[in-house]
Amino acid sequence: MATTYRIAVIGDWESVMGFRALGLDTYPVTSVEEARERVRELAQAGECAVIYLTEQLARDMGDVIARYKDELRPAIILIPGREGSLGIGRDSIQRAIERAVGADIL
Amino acid sequence: MANITVNPTRMELTRLKGKLRTAQRGHKLLKDKRDELMKQFLETVREVRSLRAEVEEELMTVHKSFTVASALMSSEAMEQALLYPKQSVELTQTSQNIMSVNVPVYHFQTKTKSDADIYPYGFAATSGELDTAVDALGKVFRKMLKLAEIEKSAQLMAEEIEKTRRRVNALEYVMIPNTQEAIRYITMKLDENDRATTTRLMKVKDMILKEALEERRMADAQAAERYAAQAE
Repeated sequence: MATTYRIAVIGDWESVMGFRALGLDTYPVTSVEEARERVRELAQAGECAVIYLTEQLARDMGDVIARYKDELRPAIILIPGREGSLGIGRDSIQRAIERAVGADIL
Repeated sequence: MANITVNPTRMELTRLKGKLRTAQRGHKLLKDKRDELMKQFLETVREVRSLRAEVEEELMTVHKSFTVASALMSSEAMEQALLYPKQSVELTQTSQNIMSVNVPVYHFQTKTKSDADIYPYGFAATSGELDTAVDALGKVFRKMLKLAEIEKSAQLMAEEIEKTRRRVNALEYVMIPNTQEAIRYITMKLDENDRATTTRLMKVKDMILKEALEERRMADAQAAERYAAQAE
């Protein structure tokens, strides 16, 4: 289990540039299609354990996110982009609860 | 209900009884599993919620300071400053087993040891705001990694709970009642057969007795006739 993995950050250039300084793999993208393609590539290569994705992009790629939701790798985690939080990340927790319990209980 | 196509035999009855026992034990176990998973899941979810709120808030601050930095510097200079990272992060993943759900645990090592040594640029050409932004991002990153860990765990647990819940329900409302129904059907059928056999036996016994009686009467009559003939 000693394999090392990369951490990727996908988003618009302004949102991801900071992460580059931290040594994460940043993938600035300009369109949703590009982001979609990138996520697929990264997931297939299997080198990324965590992919941070900005909510602005995530809004239109629910299908891709759902596809990797039940897999151990990669973990796709939504982060607010530069324009602020859209509440999609919070909603996804809500949905996880609904899925598990069958009703919204919190 | 449903499956009345079972063979009403003793062997089938024994088989079904075994099946019912297994189903009931499985149901109890799965129910326990579901309850425990749910407990863990709710704990995790609470943690995720508060951590996510924190991370989002802090990230917004970071974005703000980056915006300020980019206002003070040209975007080319900014790009140049951040182009080649000094720091690199290596992530190792182990998994932890919570009630048969494998959840990830991340450990990360950074290349440079000190947090103060992460700036990939010289200080001369960049604004101080950028340092603040990068520094803040470095701090929030730890939380982000923790968030990734528990949010993924929550997702994986949600899936497992859903599965377990379905199994529990299927056992409770379909499998167990059906088997019980089948057992009842077989028992009744077997009892009915028993009664039928008893009646048949009684009937046969009656017939045999009647025959025997008739024979005896016939013999008696013949004997009486013989006696009468002798007497003459």
